Amino acid sequence: MKVFKHEKTAKLFRRALRRLLFFFCLGIGGALFSATLVRFAPGYGVQERELDPRWSTQSIEALRQKPALQEGLASFYFHYLSALAHGDLGESDSLKRPVRELLRQRLPVTGNSVAGGLGVAWLAAALLASLGLASRNWIYEASSTAFSSLLLSLPSAVVAMLAVHLRAPIFCAISVVVFPRLYRYVRSLLVRSYDQPHVLAARARGIGSGAIFWRHVLPVAAPPLLALFGVSFAIAFGAAIPIEALCDSPGLGQLAWQAALSRDLPLIVNVTFVVCLVMLVANSFADLAGRVFAGNTQ
Amino acid sequence: MSPLQKVAAIILCMIFALMVLATIFVPTPYARQFRDVPNTGPSTAHPLGTDALGRDSLSRLLYGSRVSLLLAPAAALLSTMIAALLGSAAGFLGGWFERIVLAVTDLSLALPWLFLLLTVRAMLPLDVPPMVSVIIAFLMMGLLGWQASVRVICAAARGVRDSDFLLLARSSGCRPARLLLRHVAPNLRPLFYAQFWISIPLFILTEANLSILGLGVMEPMPSWGNLLRGFENFSMLGANPWRLVPLILLVIVVMCFQLVLPSQEVTQ
Repeated sequence: MKVFKHEKTAKLFRRALRRLLFFFCLGIGGALFSATLVRFAPGYGVQERELDPRWSTQSIEALRQKPALQEGLASFYFHYLSALAHGDLGESDSLKRPVRELLRQRLPVTGNSVAGGLGVAWLAAALLASLGLASRNWIYEASSTAFSSLLLSLPSAVVAMLAVHLRAPIFCAISVVVFPRLYRYVRSLLVRSYDQPHVLAARARGIGSGAIFWRHVLPVAAPPLLALFGVSFAIAFGAAIPIEALCDSPGLGQLAWQAALSRDLPLIVNVTFVVCLVMLVANSFADLAGRVFAGNTQ
Repeated sequence: MSPLQKVAAIILCMIFALMVLATIFVPTPYARQFRDVPNTGPSTAHPLGTDALGRDSLSRLLYGSRVSLLLAPAAALLSTMIAALLGSAAGFLGGWFERIVLAVTDLSLALPWLFLLLTVRAMLPLDVPPMVSVIIAFLMMGLLGWQASVRVICAAARGVRDSDFLLLARSSGCRPARLLLRHVAPNLRPLFYAQFWISIPLFILTEANLSILGLGVMEPMPSWGNLLRGFENFSMLGANPWRLVPLILLVIVVMCFQLVLPSQEVTQ
């Protein structure tokens, strides 16, 4: 038994190591891809001064001869990666500030909003789905499904404008966008788990509904629910863009939107890269937690 | 088809018919400005009033519906075609090709959809004519929206890969390309349709979000997203409730699409 447990831990450890290696390779690949996007985007290296009619043709030509544009591709990648290794993500073209500093300022703002939004959305989805299962009333089912469908049909930007009008906090707007997407899955997962034969057998033996939920339904539903938790992170971060942009919240979503509007490629590419890494870490944690949970319940 | 699905399908057909016949119903061209009557309420000349620039709101709504309702299915068709090609090839061929396709899919799925769109949009010129902005929005959604469908189609193609009829076709000397086109693809057709239908409401909402953020369809071309930009001043809506019509239409269309979607057995 002890050997079996040791083997399981070693397996999980190997999996975690593989994930770390994957993140490292992804980091390198993502950085190279980001560098490629920045380097080959139309307008790379063009300065506003070049559009100023007061500058002569010779001056503009001299501006174009600057070293950044003349260096070879290999040298460009090398400089980009070595700067990245030192934590230098470059400078924002539009805000004229280091991207690293901007990310350090903005990430906690979005992180707090996303965490709050996810908390409220998960609580509401779990509560409504559990109530629906407990009552098994078709009126309740129909009205909750219609309500979630209505919320699902609203663009997140409209939810953001409504939040501005009602002076609601950002996390509330994020939870309104995330809730209907979660509710459908949570409900169907719980219904599927409740319909399992072993739950029926437990009910027939007269076990209380609380015990059935905690001991028989939740262990079956937990791994997919944890996987859904990872996915809900992506939904919440996606919703943060229009919500932060329209609610004027100084987070990553607003930063990405401003970068897109001003075609600030170093900024938007690095923001996207960081968000991608955050998503992957969240998904991996959810995946590992699901495996640990599934392993423990077996 | 349940009665509710039939009702939803009828409503969608009616809205599509209205959109196609927009040129007959519209009182004026969507960009024409009546500078003497900006921000007016409904009247016989302007049944839904005018906007801040004096443009007829009904004309803009009908033309905007046409843009959004043509753009979303076109983008959905493109993304479904890419997903069908990649997913069925990956599932059918298996091996390293399947692994690469699924790894790329997982990576792109890890990234929030709007972040991806914003990054790609930032790489393209922003100051473009309205028609070019429509094409850019359509191409962006179509070329980047295939990931979720690929996983589903790939899983289904993997299920078909070892079936008896394929073994028989292989033994009779069928080449892989023919196997894929003549035997695998027809068996996955219901799945392609389902993925196409699922993508449409998603793209309608994405276009609305992008246009509200000023990165989708550009003015003066109307779209549902552009029309919803007027909601920035929500307090005005209490006095002018008719301005809610674009939002109500969008919600109805998206809900109808959700209702007429094929059953979960087909889509998952």
